[in-house]
Amino acid sequence: MVFPVIAVTLFGRVLPTWTLSLATIAASNGLVALGIVVLARTGNVSFGQGLFFAAGGYGVALIANNWGITDAAAQMLIGAACGGLLGLVIGPLIARYSGIFFGMLTLALSMVFYGALVKTTVLGGSDGFNVVRPSLFAISFVDPREADFMLYAVSVVTTGLAGIAATILFRSEFGLASLAVRENNLRVEYLGISANRIITINFVIAAVFAGASGAFALMAQRHIDPQFAYWTTSGEFVFIAVLAGYQSVSAVFVASLALELVRSFSNLYLPNTWQLVLGVFLLAVILFLPRGIGSLWIRQRRKSAGVSAETSAVEEGAPS
Amino acid sequence: MGHFWRTSRAAALTAAIAIPVALAAPACAEDSFKLGVVTFLSGPAADSFGIPARNGGQFVIDELNKGAAPAPYDKVGFGGMKIEPVVVDENGGATKQVQELRNLYERENVDVVLGYIGSGDCLAVAPIAEELKKMLVLMDCGTPRIFEEAKYNYVFRTAAHATMDNVGLIRYMKAKNVKMDTLSAINQDYAWGQDSRADFVAAAGQLYPDVKLQADLLPKFGAGQYGTEISALVSAGSDVIYSSLWGGDLQAFILQATPRGLPKRSQLVLSAADHVLPPLGDKMPDGTIIGARGAYGLMSQKSPVNDWFFKGYQNVNGVYPVQAAYRIAQSILGLKTAVEKAMAKNGSKKPSTDELIAAMTGLEWQSPGGLIQMKLADGHQAIQPIAFSRTKYNPDLRRVDLVDIQYFAAECVNPPAGVKSIEWIKGGMAGAKCN
Repeated sequence: MVFPVIAVTLFGRVLPTWTLSLATIAASNGLVALGIVVLARTGNVSFGQGLFFAAGGYGVALIANNWGITDAAAQMLIGAACGGLLGLVIGPLIARYSGIFFGMLTLALSMVFYGALVKTTVLGGSDGFNVVRPSLFAISFVDPREADFMLYAVSVVTTGLAGIAATILFRSEFGLASLAVRENNLRVEYLGISANRIITINFVIAAVFAGASGAFALMAQRHIDPQFAYWTTSGEFVFIAVLAGYQSVSAVFVASLALELVRSFSNLYLPNTWQLVLGVFLLAVILFLPRGIGSLWIRQRRKSAGVSAETSAVEEGAPS
Repeated sequence: MGHFWRTSRAAALTAAIAIPVALAAPACAEDSFKLGVVTFLSGPAADSFGIPARNGGQFVIDELNKGAAPAPYDKVGFGGMKIEPVVVDENGGATKQVQELRNLYERENVDVVLGYIGSGDCLAVAPIAEELKKMLVLMDCGTPRIFEEAKYNYVFRTAAHATMDNVGLIRYMKAKNVKMDTLSAINQDYAWGQDSRADFVAAAGQLYPDVKLQADLLPKFGAGQYGTEISALVSAGSDVIYSSLWGGDLQAFILQATPRGLPKRSQLVLSAADHVLPPLGDKMPDGTIIGARGAYGLMSQKSPVNDWFFKGYQNVNGVYPVQAAYRIAQSILGLKTAVEKAMAKNGSKKPSTDELIAAMTGLEWQSPGGLIQMKLADGHQAIQPIAFSRTKYNPDLRRVDLVDIQYFAAECVNPPAGVKSIEWIKGGMAGAKCN
């Protein structure tokens, strides 16, 4: 599983420069969406991942500007910690709700955070503020291409490791118990497992992913504003998760990259109607691939490997 | 999992990346100048600013490419090179703008990117251009923070920042003896509204030291309904009501406030309202004091360049140009001046980015809105003159005319170099040269 991560990282050496930052953003968005997929396995969808995304971003930005911590790896860890801590506070409270109530509460909390940020003029209000450029292991990258590649490598490796961790998690006892919570949380409780605890842990994992992703988004654009916590940002992460489907971890990253590419090219060639193109693309995927982009290769594999693979595909939930 | 599927997935991924790469093969010709233009084509700021800016930019570029502009802009394109615009939508947030800016430079190989209306977008893209060592010309965004908080070599702003909108407004009120013992304010609750309010209140404190601030309202951006705010303003009954609202929000506010008699009780002063005059027409109450963020539109002064721009734009678009159209025009003309200055130096070759930057730094040029001088931030930030006036509906022309126009020189309403705007205002606007 580590092999594709290394391959994709090295592939960055031959990619044109503009794709590096695009792929960084795609990997970072994919990481949040992966968190949503993790959480969705308990049957709950968070419409407010922007909250943790922004918490990670603002945490990293403030620490970088006040204490000068610019190391990319350290920033990623700080972002993950900020998201995770906030998740630990909110998770136990919110785990008692489910379905639409869960979704609406996460959305509401992220918008409260957004509103507070807009009013905080010392943080630049709605305009946000800039952050110095990241370094890595005390090396600062002056050449733009090298700087982009460094970020690309760090984000691809991190999201790759997160993907591997998620795959292992999905196959673990805990991951299977999460699926059981979605099916019937009462029965899970009767088995002696706390459904709330399972939801909370998954929620915190999703928050950690979103926080780390916020750090990447910040490093890639060197600017942060309350838009990080806005509901359209959260909505986009859910979109990526829907596009990817819940069957494959790698599909999350493919979906995220596809969305970025479609957005980027439609914005350039059809500046007046790019939102329409984006919408048609989303509709087409939902209509023709109702189980997400991941179903493209999951289904094929089932056909080729016959019946025996069917059970394993369901169990694995995620190749990669 | 089988090896086969792993490879095919990798192949699919490669294809997904490689196809667009191939599509985007750069078409770089020596005799053309590729100009990235970024403006709002969708979203709340499109109607008021983005589309007028795009139309203004299109008009100026078309005329320049035909060599139809008046002297000193009568050379074809930029110094003989045809201008090839690549237009991108500014809507979608700062993250997207950073991404699109990189794409414009690295994928489309544009020579210069020009545009940006939102202050947050300007703040976000400036450091990226600096890092990529590519020239970026900001045309409109208001916040003074861009050059006051950082130093840039590759970034220029060809319009004055928002400080002069409010300093000039107060100076106009003082010059016209507008009574202001009490003041109420209504501004949107985001950076533009908060900053404008702070500037206006600070400047009022200087020229009207006894003014009392009554209702101080910050409805959220895009609120659309102002019933409660208007009630508060009516019951406050202040001498003056200040607002930096714009676009649809401003139109909604005027349409809802007029029937309730607000403009008759209090003097409305609007810092950036010229762009709502064409859509509002006779719904705009007479006697309202308005600014246009420059000597723009119906407040612009007669000159060959302005006649060409005003009439030409009106003929093409069926409506007269307002602030955003003027701002992109002055931006493009400034860049043209810089390109031609650099070419005069290097023997008529296409100038490199460094040559362009050297030519643009500290440049001065005539624009439809008056003389633009890159005087602040070591020659990277422009100052320009500004005008204010009162509205008066003209039933014959069926449009709002502007009367009582007064002009203020650039150095009267802009801070001198090296001073932060808000400190300059609070320090009594020392060093202002008003005639």
